[in-house]
Amino acid sequence: MSEPRTLLAIDKVSKNFGRVTAVDGISLDIRENEFFALLGPSGCGKTTLLRMLAGFETPNGGRILLDGRDIAKIPPNKRPVNLMFQSYALFPHMSVRANVSYGLEMERLPANEIRSRVDAILATTELVAFADRKPEQLSGGQKQRVALARALVKRPRLLLLDEPLGALDKKLRGAMQLELKRLQHEVGITFVIVTHDQEESLVMADRMAVLRDGKLLQCDTPHAVYERPADRFVADFIGVMNFVPGKAAADGVLAANGARISGTVPAILSPGAAAVASVRPERIRLFPPPETANRVAGIVEALAYHGLDLQLHVRTALSQKPFLVRVTADAADRRPVTSGDAVELGWDAADVRIFAD
Amino acid sequence: MTSSPARIFGLRTTLVLVFAFLYIPIAVLVALSFNQGGLPTVWSGFSLKWYASLAGNAAILSAALNTLIVALVSTAIATLLGTLLAIGVEMRRQYGSGLEALIFAPMIIPDIVLAVALLSFFSMLDFTLGLHTIILAHVVFNLAFVCSVVRARLKSFDWSIVEASADLGASAVTTFRRVTLPVILPAVVAGALLAFTLSVDEFIIAFFTAGAGRASTTLPMQIYSMIRFGITPEINALATIVMAVSITALTLSQRLNRGVIGQ
Amino acid sequence: MAPALAWLTALMMVPCALVLALAFFRRGIYGGIEYTFTLENFGLVLDPLYAGIFLNSARIAGTATLIAVVIGYAAAYAIAAAPRRWQPVFLFFAVLPFWSNYLIRTYAWIVLLNREGLITQLLRWFGYTGEPPSMLYTEGAVIAGLVYNYLPFVILACYAPLSRLNPELAEASRDLGASAMTTFRRVILPLTVPGIAAGAVFVFVLSIGNFVTPALLGGGRFQMIGNLVYDQFLTANDWPFGAALAMALIAIMLLVLMAQALAADRAAGRIAEAKADG
Repeated sequence: MSEPRTLLAIDKVSKNFGRVTAVDGISLDIRENEFFALLGPSGCGKTTLLRMLAGFETPNGGRILLDGRDIAKIPPNKRPVNLMFQSYALFPHMSVRANVSYGLEMERLPANEIRSRVDAILATTELVAFADRKPEQLSGGQKQRVALARALVKRPRLLLLDEPLGALDKKLRGAMQLELKRLQHEVGITFVIVTHDQEESLVMADRMAVLRDGKLLQCDTPHAVYERPADRFVADFIGVMNFVPGKAAADGVLAANGARISGTVPAILSPGAAAVASVRPERIRLFPPPETANRVAGIVEALAYHGLDLQLHVRTALSQKPFLVRVTADAADRRPVTSGDAVELGWDAADVRIFAD
Repeated sequence: MTSSPARIFGLRTTLVLVFAFLYIPIAVLVALSFNQGGLPTVWSGFSLKWYASLAGNAAILSAALNTLIVALVSTAIATLLGTLLAIGVEMRRQYGSGLEALIFAPMIIPDIVLAVALLSFFSMLDFTLGLHTIILAHVVFNLAFVCSVVRARLKSFDWSIVEASADLGASAVTTFRRVTLPVILPAVVAGALLAFTLSVDEFIIAFFTAGAGRASTTLPMQIYSMIRFGITPEINALATIVMAVSITALTLSQRLNRGVIGQ
Repeated sequence: MAPALAWLTALMMVPCALVLALAFFRRGIYGGIEYTFTLENFGLVLDPLYAGIFLNSARIAGTATLIAVVIGYAAAYAIAAAPRRWQPVFLFFAVLPFWSNYLIRTYAWIVLLNREGLITQLLRWFGYTGEPPSMLYTEGAVIAGLVYNYLPFVILACYAPLSRLNPELAEASRDLGASAMTTFRRVILPLTVPGIAAGAVFVFVLSIGNFVTPALLGGGRFQMIGNLVYDQFLTANDWPFGAALAMALIAIMLLVLMAQALAADRAAGRIAEAKADG
């Protein structure tokens, strides 16, 4: 496979509203045909960044290069970029068909071309049966598909999606995640999605950027972000993580109770610096073999079945918060535990990530 | 809440009494407009003759025409300016209380004060008074009312559809024509009908800004001078027609606004 | 936006400022305006004769407000208690008369109250044979006219908070042992004060500055501020004094509005608390 081409280059872009800096010198490359997620807690600047890409906000500094051309100053109606609004922003007085045709009419395309392109996209998004309905007669999921069709029919170089699944209920959201992924593959358009839901970006994105307080913390594939989070915040924000606070040592972290968690210490941490060791719940084993690098005794406080796996809260001397441990149902069957049982937990040094605290 | 028979009886009685209070005076007036006899308050048989006599009254006809001119022109100007004002104010969302007061003032300021203020103003500038000065004056409060009706609609307006239109390639003008205006149109029309009704009914400001002479007498001014002379069956007939017109306009306006809320 | 604001400035702000300025000038010998600064117009406003008219206007307006609020609140309460689908209909018909011509609504009361009017005839029908009572051209007639004209607005203003009231609040009060009366006094009434205040302020402000009702139903005998302003401009030709009177009227209006804003702020606090609880 050849090196993927950069479609959009965000180059040291900043935006402030009065004294508040919403986006603080972010640089990112988004590649042709990828599904890219901007992820972060509310107020992290992801929506502002998206609105700058769409043209509704003008950066105070930096460049936004689309196919090498700076579009930062081009008004929204002149950009080959379309936005799917969080509220969907369907025109309430127009039918589904009229909503979808609107953008093509703005391009002054011949009527028959508009018709055939609208028909095609309505078919792709399974909206043919609803073409003559008004938005108020549609369900949430249908409205979402109309908003998507309306943006996609323009064949933008870049499609921006602002919390596209935010207004849907949980069950529908799961189905629509896969649906969006399928559509993106089918139309071959680059998608940039804004979300605060880390699970959503893990499921859908080819690559993702984690933002906080207007700054970019990490930009990588979901797998890399999950396995090798850049800092403590990312580790905590993406997925579930157990943390053991302490001080950096030569080959691990010394916990407050004197126990040592073995792991690779990043070079920037000098010995004795405040550090935190972390491990994912699914990397922890119950009753580990004796050669396991990190082992600790604990008491099961609570447990909950989640179908395939079992989640345990285990109180240990290592941290204030109980450890969250996820074991497969099979493993649990082999050696059942209940609340109040004494257990031993263990995990490998390779599964430990150490961050500055 | 408890729904004891006593409570329900009390509530119903209240409604009946209040509606009687509101409608009996009007009903008596309307009934007497069809009274055959010359006595304005004693019933003596059905007749349409007072309506016929209205049709032959040149003073009333010319006043009605003047009122129509004033109402139509001031409504047209006020609808245009008031709608743009409402959009301007609601779009920027943050506005000073001074602006708010300026828009609110014409609706609350006593008519007599605005009337003498405008009279002083026009005479200071040596303006010739006439229908045009009434129109200028009526636009002041009409514009405030149109603005408030349209603003009420814009409060629930989803501004992201304006951005969506721009995002899909529409210019600001196209967006206004194809998205914003169609969505707020019912409120604009409702505001216009309200303004029309207010203008048709307005008396004091017109009285002060009309100047001397018959040429710019409006219908309310005509009615006022007739009432000053006493009760006549002709006024009853005229009153019935005027009420019918304003109530029709209001009913239409309400229907349109309900349509908006229904969406 | 700009043209509308320019219009309001040129034809409302400027004329009002002009009237304010006029109030500081002297009346000319032949009725014109003499441009020398004076405060005597405002002094004249405080003259017992005119101050009496102010007090008279305030009393009439106050009485009309009180009656309109009591009737209007009762009506709004009854409408809000009606079945949901009937409420808009009742409300619509309660407000409908408000949109017919003000002069005509006032005139309807002349027809009703005059010596040979409906009320006299009803009395006769019940066997009354004496002199027809004089009801027209009394203070009572003026108050009746004001109440009649502004009642729909009070109903509308009181209905809004009443219809939004969570019925469970009243039920909770009853459940906690309060009587219907106590529930009304301690729960319903406090939560609907903003509506009452808005309605009351509206009636009071429009009544105290009214011209048509006292002129037609008071027969000129019960002068209110509005009539006084009218006379100064069109009959006595003393514009500076008329201007001072108009400004006094505006001052009263602003005071009332400020009082309402204060009351509304307090009530808003109470309602916010109630909502946080609910």
